[in-house]
Amino acid sequence: MLILTCPYCGVTGEETEFAAGGEAHLKRFGPGSSDAEFESYLFARKNEKGVTFERWRHANGCGKWFHAARCTVTLEVFGTYKAQVTEPPKEILAAIRKRRPGWEPAA
Amino acid sequence: MSTRLATQGRLINRDKRLEFTFNGKRLQGYEGDTLAAALLANDQMLVGRSFKYHRPRGILASGSEEPNALVNLGEGARLEPNQRATTTELFHGLTATSQNHFPSLEFDIGEINNSLARFLPAGFYYKTFIHPRFAWKHVFEPFIRQSAGLGKAPKEADADRYEHFYAFVDVLVIGGGVAGLQAARAAGEAGARVLLIEQEPHWGGRAPVDGAVIEGKPAEDWVKDTLQALEAMENVTLRNRMMGAGVYDHGYALGYERVADHIPGSDLPRHRLWRIRAKQIVTATGAIERPLSFAGNDIPGVMLATAVRDYVVNYGVSPGDRTVVVTNNDDAYRTALCLKRAGLDVPMIVDVRPLVTSPLATEALQAGIRVETGKGIAKVKGRKRVTGVALCLQAGEGSVIEEVKCDAVAMSGGFSPVVHLWSHCGGKLIWDEANAHFRPDPARAPTGAQGEAFVVTAGMASGAMTTGEVLADADAAGKAAARAAGFTPRRFAAPKAAEEPSEPMAPVWMMPQGASYDLRMKMWLDFQNDVKVSDVQLAAREGYESVEHTKRYTTLGMATDQGKLSNINGLAVLADALGEDIPQVGTTTFRPPYTPISMGAIAGEARGEIFQPLRRTPIHGWHEAHGAHWEPVGHWRRPYAYPKAGETVEEAVHREVLNTRRRVGLLDASTLGKIVVKGPDAGRFLDMLYTNMMSTLKVGRCRYGLMCNENGFLSDDGVVARIDEDTWLCHTTSGGADRIHQWMEEWLQTEWWDWKVYVANLTEQYAQIAVVGPDARHVLERLGGMDVSKETLPFMGWQEGKLGGFDARVFRISFSGELSYEIAVPASQGLAFWEALMEVGEAYGMQPYGTEALHIMRAEKGFIMIGDETDGTVIPQDLGLHWAISKKKEDYLGKRAQARSFMDNPDRWQLVGLETLDGSVLPDGCYAIGEGTNANGQAEMFGRVTSTYYSPTLGRGIAMGLVHNGPQRMGEVIRFGTPDKSFVEARIVDPVFYDKEGEKQNV
Repeated sequence: MLILTCPYCGVTGEETEFAAGGEAHLKRFGPGSSDAEFESYLFARKNEKGVTFERWRHANGCGKWFHAARCTVTLEVFGTYKAQVTEPPKEILAAIRKRRPGWEPAA
Repeated sequence: MSTRLATQGRLINRDKRLEFTFNGKRLQGYEGDTLAAALLANDQMLVGRSFKYHRPRGILASGSEEPNALVNLGEGARLEPNQRATTTELFHGLTATSQNHFPSLEFDIGEINNSLARFLPAGFYYKTFIHPRFAWKHVFEPFIRQSAGLGKAPKEADADRYEHFYAFVDVLVIGGGVAGLQAARAAGEAGARVLLIEQEPHWGGRAPVDGAVIEGKPAEDWVKDTLQALEAMENVTLRNRMMGAGVYDHGYALGYERVADHIPGSDLPRHRLWRIRAKQIVTATGAIERPLSFAGNDIPGVMLATAVRDYVVNYGVSPGDRTVVVTNNDDAYRTALCLKRAGLDVPMIVDVRPLVTSPLATEALQAGIRVETGKGIAKVKGRKRVTGVALCLQAGEGSVIEEVKCDAVAMSGGFSPVVHLWSHCGGKLIWDEANAHFRPDPARAPTGAQGEAFVVTAGMASGAMTTGEVLADADAAGKAAARAAGFTPRRFAAPKAAEEPSEPMAPVWMMPQGASYDLRMKMWLDFQNDVKVSDVQLAAREGYESVEHTKRYTTLGMATDQGKLSNINGLAVLADALGEDIPQVGTTTFRPPYTPISMGAIAGEARGEIFQPLRRTPIHGWHEAHGAHWEPVGHWRRPYAYPKAGETVEEAVHREVLNTRRRVGLLDASTLGKIVVKGPDAGRFLDMLYTNMMSTLKVGRCRYGLMCNENGFLSDDGVVARIDEDTWLCHTTSGGADRIHQWMEEWLQTEWWDWKVYVANLTEQYAQIAVVGPDARHVLERLGGMDVSKETLPFMGWQEGKLGGFDARVFRISFSGELSYEIAVPASQGLAFWEALMEVGEAYGMQPYGTEALHIMRAEKGFIMIGDETDGTVIPQDLGLHWAISKKKEDYLGKRAQARSFMDNPDRWQLVGLETLDGSVLPDGCYAIGEGTNANGQAEMFGRVTSTYYSPTLGRGIAMGLVHNGPQRMGEVIRFGTPDKSFVEARIVDPVFYDKEGEKQNV
């Protein structure tokens, strides 16, 4: 059971206090998008082994959505950050590279 | 025979006799006995039958690794199957019965499987699925179903109480043998908060049995002294009878405390589940002795060598008068010497090693024990009990050199560290060539949130084999854990132990090395599931190369003991059959819990009334007092109907419908979701959420709306009211309020975070009551205070003000097709308002109605219900709701999905009304059956019933359903299959059965 820190209220809590919300930084495709774009938005997920960016909600707490950067293999948590971004912030990327030298985000 | 000795028994109290029964037989034991020890003391070696072949099974081990001695424990509300006799403490009045036999343990018809063993090899279940096809259904399935399952499921509710504990510690030490004690001491002395847990009732593990000498004193005394020291430390907590069940992410661990198993009927909780957060975890879980694979190694009387020693030393019980010891290592010599000292006969030690000169071997020879080196056991004689063994050369094919009479065999195939807890959360293993076992690789420990190792092993669990090594390793582990948790360890040296020189063990995976097939199919690997050496070899021949696949194909290690004894032996046999090295083949995955834990412990206090909190409307108590028949709706309870004396529920429902249609009815609609959406961008936001246009709704007006998910499927519906320029109130379904509130938050927080909108879920802030029926207006007028006339408050309008002195918001909306007002008042005024309505309504014959009347009336009007007409695959267009889908909007959630080729297509199952030709009520959920069959040989189906009721208003059955191209088939008669395999004919009609023009609601 993971321990995560909510970047809004600052509470560090057990996984049961949060609700997982799948892959972070998806781009929404609406009317006018191609079938391929829409399919990838709705169904295709990276499901990476290793460094991953996830959405979480502080469901039994302040109710806010946030993102977590963590490793699915070692269970390391590189950091959590607010959800109002379209890509991981620089300091999160730096924290990952510090422990995974040479790591680059998947395309 | 097995019997109680006059001497020894360090754990029993001979002054206190306890009575118990086994299969109805009254027996006696002593306080401190395990059930297994007491059974052996009464010469009850035969304790069960194996799963597949129903072979006689005896006690094999003395701890939690026991695969055979599983019993039904207790009776009635305290019956529990598959309890290990070896870990069950004896208590006065214990009742146990053996499992998996018919009609009796001694004579079991299922044993015929044993004679058929040649025809029931590995994977035979899977083979039966395929050849011949018909046989599965008519021959194999009934047979397998009848014989499946060990033990009996209890039929009564559990009489005991369970609870959860939460603990937060710096260092959790799992295992209270000498390693765990020393690790806890080292961590405790550093100042860390330590929790030390031990699954057995007593501390010290094997060391006192094995005669270890620590710091110049017997291990027993050292254990006592160390315990005293630990108890004196305020920062150390000790718990026995508590197993480390599992290790999980970020230092989370589960402890399973058997608080009162040995004192049933006390007022203590039976089990406690400890949910522990530890900065560091030390696993001092010891090692498990491995069986040896020789023919007949499953016959009752063949036991692990350490277990034989345990029974003699701990319980004063001898498993047999004449015990042959068979081994590949030095440790089993301790068993031989222990038996000899107890005055018992050891006719022979059979050692596979060609030459043994270690001090233990010399001691055995000096004690007059015959030692046969380079030999093995060709075969054990006996059926329900060992009668002798046949000796052979280990290097040969099993030619019998000599037969030796005996009534027990003590076997030792070496030791495997208990690596389960290390492995649960990702700790990796390395193969130790010298000891032929897997042990934890300290370089690849489970890691925490910062990438730090959070588990360290101690003692035999690390692979340390002598007491001195064990203590040094445990001391280092305790100090390392304390340091990692932020403490500075003291510089005390690790305790020293007397030297225990020994000779290396010799890995032996089959005895003899060149055994014939006949011998190999009598060599048991998994005693509980009946997997033999020949089965694993067959799996390898049939192409199972992965250890995980072999496990599932043969069921090796899949029994309740999870292969504690069988896994290493099995994978060694597999590796040999594949011509690979053991580490290449690897182990199967270790999963928690270490041994089975009770369902009660998992549930804890969450049973009965507190299993799930119940939501109550402000009027709940009134409903209860007026005989409501309840229906669960989400976490709410809603009145289904209010049956009067002498009335059935169904009669009550029909009365409530007719009374509402003819006069006036009252519904508690408080559970309806009420979400306020407010802000400059609220209209824009709602236009994205709903399929229709909400931004153009005028203040004071209401509009019905639909919400879809991004897949385009309908997910919720309800009436939206515009409160003021930047405020809307969204009504949702009763079950959907929280979900829709979260759905709104999700989009606002993660997609449109720059939009200025707030949402708040006000569901419980208001009581909402529907006054419905031709006399509804009269009732409200009687209450007075607000003009509710058609002119002031027209259909789909709302207004706010005082109604009979209550702060009311009155919506003129209708889910029944009648003249209807839904009135929201603050929750605190809800009950008083309901009672005030009941009072003024009496003159008009007003009666409350429940959810079933509500459902019937909405179905009579052809209104859809989320969850009935929708199931997560239905789009609004399927339900003829095109009118509620805006054509003008560029975008809304679900719009893109609804443009996909298979959605934007009339060739779908669509909503229609259904009228049976004979007026009967269609069975719920039944399918419209077409001609012919589909590709799978099933009847063609082209529609299904989604809502079906008897309409008291129309005096006949009415239904709605989704039918292929339904709206184009008006008037067509189709047939539906019923559960009793007959057909009902129904005509496709308009789904609006009552008041098609909507005149009644608009008056």
